[in-house]
Amino acid sequence: MTADNYPPDNAAGQPDNAAPTYRSTQKRAPSIPPVVVPATLGELSKPLFGHNNLTENDSDLTRQHNAKPQGERIIVAGRLLDEGLRPASGHLIEIWQTNAAGRYIHAADQHDAPLDPNFTGAGRTVTDADGWYRFTTVKPGAYPWGNHTNAWRPAHIHFSLFGPSFLSRLVTQMYFPADPLLALDPILQSVADATERARLISILDFDLTQPGWALGYRFDITLRGNNQTPTES
Amino acid sequence: MKNATPSQTIGPFFAYSLTSTKYGRRLLASNRIDSVSGTQIRVKGQVFDGDGEPVPDAMLEIWQADPEGRLAGANDGANIKFTGFARAATDQDGTFIFETVKPGRFHTSNDILQAPHISVIVFARGILTHLHTRIYFADETSNDNDPILAAIEDPNRRVTLIAVPDSDGNGYTNYRFNIRLQGEEETVFFQWS
Repeated sequence: MTADNYPPDNAAGQPDNAAPTYRSTQKRAPSIPPVVVPATLGELSKPLFGHNNLTENDSDLTRQHNAKPQGERIIVAGRLLDEGLRPASGHLIEIWQTNAAGRYIHAADQHDAPLDPNFTGAGRTVTDADGWYRFTTVKPGAYPWGNHTNAWRPAHIHFSLFGPSFLSRLVTQMYFPADPLLALDPILQSVADATERARLISILDFDLTQPGWALGYRFDITLRGNNQTPTES
Repeated sequence: MKNATPSQTIGPFFAYSLTSTKYGRRLLASNRIDSVSGTQIRVKGQVFDGDGEPVPDAMLEIWQADPEGRLAGANDGANIKFTGFARAATDQDGTFIFETVKPGRFHTSNDILQAPHISVIVFARGILTHLHTRIYFADETSNDNDPILAAIEDPNRRVTLIAVPDSDGNGYTNYRFNIRLQGEEETVFFQWS
């Protein structure tokens, strides 16, 4: 692996940290541009940890307690790819989300919506040989936040991903299609380009949907790295 | 060819999934890196915003070489039992602590030997695309010849990446390393190419 796998131009489509309509950025976005330097083996190698310790229930958020959680059960699945559109296999994905009522279990979430004793809202899995991952969960709810008057976050699932190198690290959010709150959300709208923004919105997918059981949403993710043109067909 | 999926903020509510056992979940990574060799160190610091206020909802991840300068996950480190990875959330005072070992030196792709350092990623509410920085150590004379530090044009800013010796013992060599996201003494952040 060489440093020219990570041209700065490939950061196109990433949100600028100075995003005026997202209030929390105002005192947290660096004011000085980053120093551009060539990556070393330290940045281009892959962190190792815990991948082998996952259990089946880690990827099924509806089976982590004694009873089933409230809400609409859904399947969320997709493929993890590198910039050369090759499957990224064996990589850790961690997710977290609200329950169906729009409440996080996190102690700092004070939204007046009920907690669900049968739902934590955290999951993790490792992509298979073809880059596929799959979670079973419940559809998260919208919730209010303090960004501006009457601000509401659209329903979303947080995704944390590792890839082939420290530079592939990605934390993002998955949204749901046809949600009228998407156009009003400063965090999603921080991605300036509409085509790039649309990549964060999952697709209702009847190939993933299990008849009589759960709707399926497809969410494919591309990680930085290995962006040479594939040489094999 | 396709660019990477856009990043989004980690938000304020990641802890129950990523950094805390308070919610009954087993963590995959803690704020500690174990090693059978090397100098045990503790790096403690605070994250501050542009007003100098502590950031109580940041997550830091570190990634480093072992004491011999080998990286887990790289070809030269394939056989060592050393993950080189840890993560920590900041507390109400914006404070984080990592317990690890002093990393060894390794070369750049241009064969220049780097000073001992720890790679750092900063996530937080209000940060849409995570930030990359590095921790160097004040007691390493090799800092003077480090190619990445040298790439920082303003020498006055290099000091923002230098962890300084701290008091207290507990079997560790202690360092202090603060991160300032914005404003006076703003930490140097990198874009790796």
